Amino acid sequence: MQLTLMPQQNIENLRLILATDVGSTTTKARLFKKMENGEYRFISSGEAPTTVEKPFEDVTVGLKNAIREIEELSGYKLLAESTETSILMPFNGRDAGVDLYVSTSSAGGGLQMIVAGVVKTMTTESSERAALGAGAIIMDSLSIDDGIPLHKKIEKLRFLRPDMILLAGGTDGGTKTHVLEMAEVIRAAEPKPRFGVSYRLPVVFAGNKVAAPDVVSMLSEKFFVKVTENIRPVLEIENVEPARNIIHEIFMEHVMSHAPGYEKLVRLVSVPVMPTPAGEGKMMRTIAEAYGINVLGVGLGGATTNIYSVYEGKFVRSVSANLGMSYSIGNVLKSAGVKSIVRWLPFEINESELYDRIGNKMIRPTTIPQTLEDLLIEHAIAREAIRLGFQHHKSLARELKGVHRERTISDVFEQEVKETYIDMKKINMIIGTGGLLSHTPRRQQAALILIDAFQAEGVVRLTVDSAFMMPHLGVLSTVHPRAALDVLEKDCLVRLGTAVVFSGTSEKDKIIGKVQLKTESETYSLDVKYGELYCIPIGLNVKANLQAKPENDFDVGAGKGKTVTATLEGGVVGVIIDGRGRPLALPEEADERKRLLLNWFRAIKAYPLKVGGET
Amino acid sequence: MSATYSTHAYTPGLRVCWCTSVRKERRLPLPGEVLVRRGQTVSQDQIVARTEVPGEVQIVNAASLLEIEPEELERCMLKKVGEMVEKDEIIAFRKGFFGLTKKYVKSPIRGKIEYFSGTTGNVSIRAEPTKIEIDAYIPGNVVETLSNEAVVIETKVALIEGIFGIGGERKGEIYIGVEDPSKEISPENVNERCRGKIVVGGSTASFEAIKRAIDFGARGLIVGGLEFKQIKEILGYEIGVAITGHENLPLTIILTEGFGRLEMAKKTFNILKTFEGYNASINGATQIRAGVIRPEIIIPLQKDECREEAEILSSSLRPGTKVRVIRHPYFGCLGKVVDLPIEIDCVEAECQVRVAVVELQDGRRVKVPRANIELFDW
Repeated sequence: MQLTLMPQQNIENLRLILATDVGSTTTKARLFKKMENGEYRFISSGEAPTTVEKPFEDVTVGLKNAIREIEELSGYKLLAESTETSILMPFNGRDAGVDLYVSTSSAGGGLQMIVAGVVKTMTTESSERAALGAGAIIMDSLSIDDGIPLHKKIEKLRFLRPDMILLAGGTDGGTKTHVLEMAEVIRAAEPKPRFGVSYRLPVVFAGNKVAAPDVVSMLSEKFFVKVTENIRPVLEIENVEPARNIIHEIFMEHVMSHAPGYEKLVRLVSVPVMPTPAGEGKMMRTIAEAYGINVLGVGLGGATTNIYSVYEGKFVRSVSANLGMSYSIGNVLKSAGVKSIVRWLPFEINESELYDRIGNKMIRPTTIPQTLEDLLIEHAIAREAIRLGFQHHKSLARELKGVHRERTISDVFEQEVKETYIDMKKINMIIGTGGLLSHTPRRQQAALILIDAFQAEGVVRLTVDSAFMMPHLGVLSTVHPRAALDVLEKDCLVRLGTAVVFSGTSEKDKIIGKVQLKTESETYSLDVKYGELYCIPIGLNVKANLQAKPENDFDVGAGKGKTVTATLEGGVVGVIIDGRGRPLALPEEADERKRLLLNWFRAIKAYPLKVGGET
Repeated sequence: MSATYSTHAYTPGLRVCWCTSVRKERRLPLPGEVLVRRGQTVSQDQIVARTEVPGEVQIVNAASLLEIEPEELERCMLKKVGEMVEKDEIIAFRKGFFGLTKKYVKSPIRGKIEYFSGTTGNVSIRAEPTKIEIDAYIPGNVVETLSNEAVVIETKVALIEGIFGIGGERKGEIYIGVEDPSKEISPENVNERCRGKIVVGGSTASFEAIKRAIDFGARGLIVGGLEFKQIKEILGYEIGVAITGHENLPLTIILTEGFGRLEMAKKTFNILKTFEGYNASINGATQIRAGVIRPEIIIPLQKDECREEAEILSSSLRPGTKVRVIRHPYFGCLGKVVDLPIEIDCVEAECQVRVAVVELQDGRRVKVPRANIELFDW
């Protein structure tokens, strides 16, 4: 997205910054301030229900309520005296106004897209990556070779109500027949846009440039067609950025303008509004770039689960539109199966009872767990939602298909096609955000959910977003990267600690390695037993030298039996030594499994355990 | 190190009222023709608007059937774009080698030639449009017509909003199948008398009872709760998100309280019982996310049957407010708020929340997160 950046002197003069995220249920406002030492800090937050529905049907009403809360808490006057929502600008240097106002939004279901390509594993997959990277939810994806007859494709498309279609296919100068066939399908189905019956549905064409004039003439009577660079100009190159930028532009100009009250929001902001997941993704990339590390992130929301990876410079976002902790909680149960959820519970529960509790959360999504049992159920579901979301992510985070490679002798022996290029042992940081992960009553719970769900390996730092501000910082970073990083460092990222994971399998209680951790004042040594979890209390901002010596069948990131030395940082949880092995297998036998889970929870003080008679 | 849950105090409850005005918008899926005018009185079944939805499209790869290159298709076409064709009518033709062989392309459907391409070699034929009509759904006065797309009908009704439903709009007479809202409707109580009716059960219904309701031609079933697992038994598939209303079911089911065996709230039951024999309009459509839609039971009333009441939902939460608890461990319990402490409190799960102290109907005083209660006039 091309942003109107301010001149450098203006950026450095930004003293008070307001950022909001108009979410599907809640509008979240955050206020950032430049302190006397020149550093930017988060100073206040306000939240209010999003008012996209009747009786208000105007997102700026909820926005005003959220900002009003900040006004009450911070003492700064931010809203102008008027019936319409209006933000006081600039900051008067004392107690009123802000110098910059930025926003993200996913209200009204966010950006919903259909992608269409020629070859499922090539152009369609590239289109999916482009759309997801732009912050979209993919309603459906179609390919010429997906095995669905043309008339069925048309039938599928007819009744969908997307915000936009992305059409790709063919390399530049190659055959145009197939991509035009897909254009014919779109033309015949004539899906209608979600907002308003009178406006033409946008179609972004990012395929064979030779086919572009034909696509335009075929579709422009019924659709608003925008042509951009080919997503796969040649097989070896994936060029998603131009398509992503066009998607953002159209989202702003055509989609958002049809949602209730958005035209007012658009007038208020200093730079274009970004889709929430795009803001979140931007921040994940910023973190990876700033530290020069590989990052895996999850935005676990009520309706969707977004997974982000920045791996050796490659950024991929996936969204599982129907996996979430409230609206979509029933779908986690449906997709994972009841047994997968029960396996994380350290107590007995009747299956019907569990179904009913999950069903009731689905229909009353704003309720919160009052009992420990209910909290543990939600955390079990969170593990499964992330696990399934990550599974989906891995199918997108893989090498380009259709690329000719020279094979080496080792490839001859490696028969399996790699599921993903992500090697968990090379992930340096896992970041969690979203209501459940940001608000766990104990931070240990978030740490363990992230380790279990992602099946973390090697030596990896664990962090969570303290108060839901990644999207805000993402959009802010497009204007003032340093301000966003300052707040990220000081106020947003909660350092939970570091996990040191022994991968491999063995027999219970067998010693699988030794760990030594030395801080300036303490030395911790322990023999790691298979099946055990340990937590070493190394606190926030404390560094420790790690020496982890795995037994021959185990790997801590450097290879089987190879010693790992590293300098670690502690955190609010500490350093977690995970001797449970990988893949993490839970015993089939219920009592044994429950005992083990309780041991793990106790080891890191995750819960006030009084479950199933245990204390 | 613990975090505070943000709570928006309480969930606005579901409307259950003896008499209120409802406005129903009846909207066409595409612009069409509105058949009534503002100020007109309409009946429940009266058609108020109609339109035509473009017919489905069939694409035929004519070039490959004719064994020609796509660019040669135009000279083989016997029909022009926009021309009507019958099913099996020849639309393209080619003579083969010295006229010895003939190749044809027949239209797979009756429709109009919409498009043919010299690049792909395809011909697309669009079937005739399908007529769509919408009825008034509720009797009343037309208070608004929105150009050629929608009408709004207003009437006085008794209204019950459910929490979850499956199946779409249905109309029928209300029939009470249990004596008491705490009772489960037994299969024996579902009989020939249920034909064409909207059957009211109590706390729940077994799969057998639901099956009998379908067999006896009941149009709707209203119960306090059903096991979540039962939904799969009824539909043959699991529901993952609460977006319903389009299920292919012969009857509409509405749950008034939630999942599980749950006594129907007395006020809900009393309204239904009072208006037994009245014609009602019901809809199981539920959508929890983005544009909340709750299932509804609308019982149209005559003016003299309507006794207005103060709507509890417009008032705020305060001591004395009647509420329903909507989360374990007191799920489904009804009670009155006795205290609303200002301080953040810590519940068993260690969530830091604002709570309400509620006196339940059985006399117990319990502390509940405010997010876990809804205003409910029982």
